[in-house]
Amino acid sequence: MTSVAKSAPRHQRFGYRINAVGVAGALVVGFWIVVALAAPAIVPHPIGDIVDTDYFGPISRELWLGSDYLGRDMTSRILMGARYTLGISIASVIIAGVSGVMLGMIAAITGGVVDMVLSRFLDALNSIPSKLFSLVVVAAVGSSIPVLIVTMAVIYIPGAFRFARALAVNINTMDFVVVARIRGESLFYLIRAEILPNIIGPVLVDLGLRFVFIVLLLSGLSFLGLGVKPPYADWGALVRENIGGLPYAAPAVIVPSLAIASLTIAVNLLIDNLPTKIRDRENS
Amino acid sequence: MTSLVEIRELRVEATTDSGRTIAIIKGVDLDIAEGEIVALIGESGSGKTTIAMTLMGYARAGCRIVGGTVAVDGVDMVALSEKDRAAVRGAKIAYVPQSAAAAFNPAIRIMDQVIEVVRIHGVMPLEEARAKAVALFRALSLPNPEMIGDRYPHQVSGGQLQRLAAAMALIANPKLLIFDEPTTALDVTTQVEVLRAFKSVISAHRIAGIYVSHDLAVVAQIADRIVVLRNGEVQESGATRDILARAQHPYTQQLLAAVTPHHAPRPAVSGPTAAEALLEVHEVSVGYGPLRSDGQPAIVAVENVSLRVARGRNLGIIGESGCGKSTLARAIAGILPPFAGGVVFDGRELGRSARGRSADQLRQLQIVFQHADTALNPAQTVEDILGRPLTFYHGMARKPRSARIDQLLDMVKLPRSLRLRRPAELSGGQKQRVNFARALAADPKLIVCDEITSALDTVVAAAIIDLLKELQRELDLAYVFISHDLSVVEAICDDIVVMYRGRKIEQISPEAMARPEHPYTQLLLSSVPKLDPTWLDNLRQDPEQVRAYCQR
Amino acid sequence: MKHRIVSLVLARLAIALVTAIIVSFAVFFATAMLPGDTATILLGQAATPEAVEGLRKAMHLDDPAIFRFLRWLAGVVHGDLGVSYANNMPVAKLISGRLVNTLKLAGLTAVISVPLALTLGITAAMLRNTLYDRCLTIAIIGVVSVPEFMIATLAVLLFAVYLNWLPAVSFTSEIRTVYDFARAYAMPVVTLTVVISAQMIRMSRAAVVETLNTPYVEMALLKGASRGRLVFHHALPNALGPIVNAVALSLSYLLGGVIIVETVFNYPGIAKLMVDAVSTRDLPLIQSCAIIFCFGYLFLTTTADIIAILSNPRLR
Repeated sequence: MTSVAKSAPRHQRFGYRINAVGVAGALVVGFWIVVALAAPAIVPHPIGDIVDTDYFGPISRELWLGSDYLGRDMTSRILMGARYTLGISIASVIIAGVSGVMLGMIAAITGGVVDMVLSRFLDALNSIPSKLFSLVVVAAVGSSIPVLIVTMAVIYIPGAFRFARALAVNINTMDFVVVARIRGESLFYLIRAEILPNIIGPVLVDLGLRFVFIVLLLSGLSFLGLGVKPPYADWGALVRENIGGLPYAAPAVIVPSLAIASLTIAVNLLIDNLPTKIRDRENS
Repeated sequence: MTSLVEIRELRVEATTDSGRTIAIIKGVDLDIAEGEIVALIGESGSGKTTIAMTLMGYARAGCRIVGGTVAVDGVDMVALSEKDRAAVRGAKIAYVPQSAAAAFNPAIRIMDQVIEVVRIHGVMPLEEARAKAVALFRALSLPNPEMIGDRYPHQVSGGQLQRLAAAMALIANPKLLIFDEPTTALDVTTQVEVLRAFKSVISAHRIAGIYVSHDLAVVAQIADRIVVLRNGEVQESGATRDILARAQHPYTQQLLAAVTPHHAPRPAVSGPTAAEALLEVHEVSVGYGPLRSDGQPAIVAVENVSLRVARGRNLGIIGESGCGKSTLARAIAGILPPFAGGVVFDGRELGRSARGRSADQLRQLQIVFQHADTALNPAQTVEDILGRPLTFYHGMARKPRSARIDQLLDMVKLPRSLRLRRPAELSGGQKQRVNFARALAADPKLIVCDEITSALDTVVAAAIIDLLKELQRELDLAYVFISHDLSVVEAICDDIVVMYRGRKIEQISPEAMARPEHPYTQLLLSSVPKLDPTWLDNLRQDPEQVRAYCQR
Repeated sequence: MKHRIVSLVLARLAIALVTAIIVSFAVFFATAMLPGDTATILLGQAATPEAVEGLRKAMHLDDPAIFRFLRWLAGVVHGDLGVSYANNMPVAKLISGRLVNTLKLAGLTAVISVPLALTLGITAAMLRNTLYDRCLTIAIIGVVSVPEFMIATLAVLLFAVYLNWLPAVSFTSEIRTVYDFARAYAMPVVTLTVVISAQMIRMSRAAVVETLNTPYVEMALLKGASRGRLVFHHALPNALGPIVNAVALSLSYLLGGVIIVETVFNYPGIAKLMVDAVSTRDLPLIQSCAIIFCFGYLFLTTTADIIAILSNPRLR
C-alpha cells in the first residue's frame, strides 16, 4: 500500500492520506457517476435502434461492446443502464439513510417507550428477507421505478436505524451529552451538534455498504424480471435480456455483469480504504 | 556480582497511524540483581510498561524493539526466536497485569488458568501444581483457598483477582516477576492487603522483580531501588531511601512535591456569611433500575444523605469505589433524580431532575466530570465547546463571546492559540482545563467536581488543584469536591464527608483527619500509603475493622 | 445464575413470537394491497357482476382486513394454507414437495459450506496479514460485491461452456445414481456455497480477530502459550457466540440466495414456485411461501441469539 499523498507538510497539523487502492475505487465510482449524469449526451446510438444485422455480435470497431439479442448497441445500453442502476440505488439509499439515521438518533436520545416501539417494529421488519419482501411488494403493486425506490428504501431503513441507533446510544452515554442535556438543550440541538457529528463517519461508511446491497438487490430483481421493466433497462435487466447469449459467452451478457461488479467492488474498496486523517501533533 | 537482568542501550520505536515512527524508549540501561525489586516510576507515556515488557522480549502491537540488548540470566531476549521466547515466558519470567479482571479469560475456570503455565511448560505434574496453587492462594490470604480455583473470573472480586494473578505468575517458580501497576485499579483499603501479600511472597521466594507504578508511596513500600523515567529516558536511579530523602533530579523533586500533603488551613470565615447555606441536601436517596412495589428502585446507591455547602466554601466527599459518591453528585446536578429527599439551592427547592429546573438554576450549578476525554465533544473545537454555554445562558453575540473565550482560556491558564484545536489534540491536563473552563463559562456559584484529578498524572493533578484554589479566591465559587484520593480532598476542602455503602458516616474537618471517630474513617485514612518505606511494615489495622468494612 | 439464563432465553423467545406476528401481519397486508379485485381476476373480465358478488361473499373479501387476517392466521396455524388461485390446488399440497427440494439444496449447501467457511475464517484470523489472509480477503470482497446471478452465470460459463462437464441449465428429475445426483446439484450447490461462505468467512474471521486482541490472550501469550493454544484454547471459546451468530446469519442469507439460484438453474424448489406465483399473482401461494421464508429466517436468527446467550461464560 503506497501512500499517494504523503504526510502533510510540517507546518500543517492536519492532512489526509489515502492509499492507491482507495484512489482506484474512488476513480471507478466517480467514472460511473459521470456516465450516469452524461449518458444521454454521450451514447453513440439511440438505445432502441437496431444497428447490427447480427445478434449477440462480438466486440468490434463500430460496436465497442458488441450487440445484444436484437442487434442493438450494447455500449449505448450500458451507458444508459448506469442511469437506472445508479439513480434508483442512490435515491433508495438516501431515503433509507436519512430516515433510518434520524429515527435511530431519536430513539437513542429519547429512550423509553419510543425507543422500544421503534426498535421492536423495525427489527420485525428486518426479519423479512430482503428479496422476499421485494417479491411480495412487486407481486402486490407491480414494479414501477418509484415503487422500486420506495421498496428498497423500506427494506434498508431497519438496518440503517439499527446501526445509527447503536452508535448514538454509545455517544448518548458520553459525559458531554449529559453536560448538554443538563444545560437544558433541545432534542434538535442534541442531534445536530452532539450526536450526529460524532457518528457521521461510520454512518456514511455503513450507507456505502447499504448502497452496494441495494445495487445487488436491484440487479437481482431485474434479473428475475421483477425489477426495471422494458423499455427501460438497468444492468440487471440487460443480463436477463441477453442471458441467451451465455452459451456463446457473448459480450452482451458478460459486460453488464462486469459493470455491476466494477461498481460494487469499487465502492467496497473505497470504503475499506477511506482517506485517514493524520492526527499526530508535530511536537510529540 | 553479575546482575540477573542487564538492559543496555534499549531503544523501542512506535509507528503512529500516519506511518511516522517515533522513539518511545531512547537508550535505557537498567540492572536488576538476584532477589532485588526495582521500581520504574513515571507518568503515563514515560515508557515504563514498555521497558518492563521487553524483559519478555515482547513489544505491544505497533511497537518494535529496534536496538540494544535485554539480557535475562545471560540470554538476550531481543535476539531469541519467538519459539525460544515462549519457552522462557511464564516459566522463568512471569507477568502480573494491571487489570487482572481483563487478563483472566472469562470462559475458563480460575484454577485452569493459574496452572496453565505448568501445563504449557511441563515443569511439574499437574496434581503438584494444583496443590501449590492452593498453597499460594493461602499465602496470598485469599478466602476459601481450596475452592476459589473452581470459580470463573467474573465470580470473584477485583482485589481477589489481582492476588490470583500473582499466584498465576508464581506457580512455576519464576526467577523474575514483572508487576505492571498491579494495585492501581484497587481501593486503598484493598491495596494494603494486596501489597502485604505481594511483599510476603516476594521475600519468601527471594524473587527478583520489576515494579511498574506511578505511585511513589506504593513503590516506597516494596522496592529496593527506584528508577525515575520520563519520555523514554532514565532521569535518576538509586536506592529507595536515597531517592525519597535526597532526590537530585528536578523532575523527581517535582514528583515528590506533588504527593507530599500541603494543606494550608483556610481562614475560617466568621460572621453571617459562614452560616449562609448555598446548597443543602436533605435526606436524599438515589437508586437505579425499575421501581419495586414499595416505591424504591431495585438498586439503592445513596441512602438518606444530608449535607450542606456554605457560600464560597468547599465540601469534600470521599469514599471507595461503589460508595455512592458519584451517584450523589449526579443527583445534585439533576442527572439522576433522587427517589426521596430534596435539594435546596440558594434558598430555593430544586427540581429533582434537570428538566424541572430553571435555566438560571442550571447555570448556577455546574458539574465537571472525571474523564475529560468523554466530557468534551470530540467533534467540536475548544472555541465551540466554550462558546456554547455563553450563547445558551448569556445570549452573547459573536464579538463579546470571542473576547470571553479568551478570558476563560486565560483564567484556566491555557494559551489562546488552543482555541481552534479539538480535544484529541490536547494533553490530558489541557483537556481537564477546558472541561473546567466550560463550567466557568456559565458563571456558576457552585461547581460539583467529580473525581476531576483522578485520571491525571500526579504533577498535572497538583497544578489543577492549585488552579481551582486560585479561581475560588477570584470568583467566590463554592466546590463540592468528590474524590477517592484523600490527599487531594485534604488539600482543598473546608469540610469532608465520608461515605460508605451509600451512607454518610462521618463529617470531619481536614484538621481532624488525624483523629477520626468512625472506625471506617480510621481504616480508610490509615490505608493511604505514605512515602515512608517502613509504613506498611509498621501499619497495624484492627482485623475486626478490616473484616467489617473491606469488600475484598 | 441458572434462572437468569432461563429468563433471558424466554425473553428472546417472546420477542421471536411478537416478531412472527408482526411479520405475518406485514406479509398479509402487503399482498392484500394487490390492486384490482381478486374476484374479477379469478373469474375474468367477462364474468357477470352477480357471479363476482357471489365469489366475493364466498371468499369473505368484503370483511374488514383484520378479520380476514385473523381467519387466514388461524388457517396457517392449522396447516390450512388456502387454495391456489392459479390451479385450484390446495397450497399445502403444492408447497410440500417443493419445500423438500429446497431443504435438500439448502441442507447440502450448509453441510459443505459451514465447515469450509469456518476453517477458512479461523485460519485467516490466525494468519492475520499474511499473503493467505490478504488473498482470501480480496476474494471475499469480490464475491460479496457481485450479485448471486453473476456467480451462477460464471459457474455455467466455467462448467458448462468452457469445461463442458455439466449441462448448462437443466434439472433432471430422474436421479438414479450418485453421478446423476452430483450432476444435478453441482452447480446450484457450488453457487450457493460460494455466496454464503464469503459472508461466513468474513464474520468468523472478524470474531476471532477481535478475541485475539483481548488482554487475556496477551496474558496467555506472556505465559508462553503457542499460537495454536492461543486460538483454540483462549480465543475460540469466547468467539463461539459471534461465530454461531455468523453461521446462522449466513444460513438465513441462503433463503435469499435460493431465490436466484433456483430460478437460474430451473430448480423445482419453493423459491422458484414463489417467483412463478408472483408472475401469475397467485395470492395464497405467495403468502404461504413468504411466511415459510420469514419463519425460517426467524428460526435461524432466534437460534443464533439463544446460542449466544448459552455460550456466554459470564452467565454461567
